[in-house]
Amino acid sequence: MAENGSGNGSGSGSGFAREVAHRIFAAEFRESNLQAKEGHDQYSPSYLLTPTGANCNRVFIVGTLTEKDDVGTDNEFWRGRIVDPTGAFFVTAGQYQPEAAQVLAKTMPPEFIAVIGKPTTYTTKEGNVLTSIRAESMQIVDAATRDRWVVDCAKHTMARLERLKGNEPDAVKAREHYSTDVESYRVMVQQALESVRAR
Amino acid sequence: MSDITTKIVARFTELGIKVQPDEIETRLDQLINKFKVPPEEARRNVINYFLKQHNIPRTEFFETRETPQVKASDIKEDGKWVTLRGKVVQLWETKHESMSQVGLMGDESGTIRFTKWTKAGLPQVEEGKSYLFKNVITSEYQGQFSVKLNKTSEIIPINEDIEVGRSLVEYSGAIVDIQSGSGLIKRCPECNRALVKGACGEHGKVDGIYDLRVKAVMDDGEKVQDILLNREVTEALVGITLDQAKDMATEALDQAVVLDVIKSKLVGRYFIVSGAKLDRFILVDTIKLDTTPIEEGIMSLLASAAPVAQEA
Repeated sequence: MAENGSGNGSGSGSGFAREVAHRIFAAEFRESNLQAKEGHDQYSPSYLLTPTGANCNRVFIVGTLTEKDDVGTDNEFWRGRIVDPTGAFFVTAGQYQPEAAQVLAKTMPPEFIAVIGKPTTYTTKEGNVLTSIRAESMQIVDAATRDRWVVDCAKHTMARLERLKGNEPDAVKAREHYSTDVESYRVMVQQALESVRAR
Repeated sequence: MSDITTKIVARFTELGIKVQPDEIETRLDQLINKFKVPPEEARRNVINYFLKQHNIPRTEFFETRETPQVKASDIKEDGKWVTLRGKVVQLWETKHESMSQVGLMGDESGTIRFTKWTKAGLPQVEEGKSYLFKNVITSEYQGQFSVKLNKTSEIIPINEDIEVGRSLVEYSGAIVDIQSGSGLIKRCPECNRALVKGACGEHGKVDGIYDLRVKAVMDDGEKVQDILLNREVTEALVGITLDQAKDMATEALDQAVVLDVIKSKLVGRYFIVSGAKLDRFILVDTIKLDTTPIEEGIMSLLASAAPVAQEA
């Protein structure tokens, strides 16, 4: 098991292991609010623990881009709303993500889009935690890829729900923090799958 | 304890040296019981003492053990002494003067990295030649196995061209990143290495030769996999030939346009690749868009997602 207990770190020769991109449905991503840094210096990676126990430093999502806005003042700063069968993700791309920002700038919604990025959280004055994805890369994809992602995401979510019963550190932490209602997530997965089957 | 003693006596007798069992016993007893040294450490200490006494080099004492001959792909454990029979596939630059040679060797079953320490004082090996690597030790680093050649190891050239097995692996997942150094690149005419800003790491500023390749990262949600696509595979997948890529770059006055097209066609999509595993990469022979029907997955997932609801 990798040290961070999230099953990543397949190992590379250079001693640096790339973080796995987790598949998370929008409904679950929205409910996530436990972000923690591993280690103490400013370069330590930060992880968002989701209600089903995915400890993610990177996510991969595919959905429909329905809205986009340039909310930057001096520089371009793009924000997009990407919808999957369970809800919506907020995705951002600014001057430090030039490639993703460019793609978002030129894409006219609605369009199927794939996003690989870092989960980030923002705490409002009222104390609510809002989640968004800071895009590393973003590309327009087709409907088949989108449907395949829904199935892929469903598969991983089901696997996590199964693991949530066990004693892996991430599972235990997720249970304690969220008191995850397994049944409602099961229904969410079911509905997402039904929606792609209907096509 | 007396078991250790008899073993030590037996081993020294083989070398034609008589040692007093009593003396061994006393030393062991003192170390283990009085000074609380672990038995293994005590054994080592006693052996070293007698080796020094009789002026025997350590290598001679430990060498005669025959290690089992294994295949490269069977190496799955750290710290095992083995013998390998294989061909040197590639030699790489050593990162440190303590290593005299590093590279990749292979046999019928696959390939494995090797490191030959400078201190080992072993003869140099050549790329493309086959050898018997006797008594090498396996080592693991982040799930990758390698063998180290030290001064107890032996290299015996063999007059045979060993066919290196290419263990094909298959992987399916989404492409999540295209790394720098992909697309239209230039290679050094001398050593074929990719140029960085028009210069070769070894030969400096050279007139590079154009090539097309992709270094990408695939991800199945559980683990990541680096893949390498050579020119042929890239051309077929992206639908751009090297010549077309050159034209595109000339027209745009920018090599990066080719990379943009590659990214737009690959990133975020699901693929199935197969090829030989080399180090952390898969050298891709075939890559195709994953078009396996998703209905089956949906049905089996639905079945497991609804263990109670039967009415659906």
